[in-house]
Amino acid sequence: MIDALTVAVAATALALAAWCGWATYRDQPTKDWHFIGMALVSLLGIAQLVIGCVQLARGQSPDEGTAIFVAYLLGASACIPATGFMSLSERTRWGSATVAAGGIVLAVLEVRLFDIWGGGSA
Amino acid sequence: MPDTTTSAASTAPEAASAPAKRSLGTGPGRLLVTLYGVFTVAAASRSLYQVIAQFQVAPLAYSLSAVSAVVYGFILVSLVRGGEGARKAAAVSCALELIGVLGIGTWTLVEPSAFPDATVWSDYGMDYLFIPVALPVTGLMWLRRARTEAA
Repeated sequence: MIDALTVAVAATALALAAWCGWATYRDQPTKDWHFIGMALVSLLGIAQLVIGCVQLARGQSPDEGTAIFVAYLLGASACIPATGFMSLSERTRWGSATVAAGGIVLAVLEVRLFDIWGGGSA
Repeated sequence: MPDTTTSAASTAPEAASAPAKRSLGTGPGRLLVTLYGVFTVAAASRSLYQVIAQFQVAPLAYSLSAVSAVVYGFILVSLVRGGEGARKAAAVSCALELIGVLGIGTWTLVEPSAFPDATVWSDYGMDYLFIPVALPVTGLMWLRRARTEAA
């Protein structure tokens, strides 16, 4: 895995969580700009999924097993799109809170992905 | 004319129960649905993998993780379904979940030798940022409020 990408996904996910957390605090639903932010984080997540699969195909193997690695990759790439759709149908501050929670979950998943791959050894 | 009155009478309770049915999974409930969804997926995939791949390593821990996955899944379905019956069922399982987290959390601290590997609820859910402890408490609070709002 590319560590820089893992860090980038985690950092943007946390930024998205803070942004949507701010919207929750101000009692606002998610707006167009939030969805653009979610799209960016989602794209990074999908890029990570593709790169992860390519590296598996090239014969590299994660420390903690391929199945776990792929499961976490799938979870990480689905996290923000899923919470984004939840906030589309919940047009209140709680929709924003949902996306904020999704961002935090994604950041945690990235930390786990980093460990599963082997903590900077590849 | 009798037709219209019976249809009005039959739709009225539906209309009255519809907002109550929806109220479990909307508003703050939406956040709970999301978190229960995350934990259902996390606990289920984790226990499924561990039961299939390495069950003999820590049968007790993996079975308990599977149980927690079932509890999370049941609460998730109840929250999404809504209605008074589902609210009660969710409240009971949230209480079970809290007892489970506290019980297993204490058990893992008192007798670590029984657990060669962690469960989802080990050390009160420390591996999961203690969300497993906070979730049933917020769940019960929300379900309580949903009842007073519906009444």
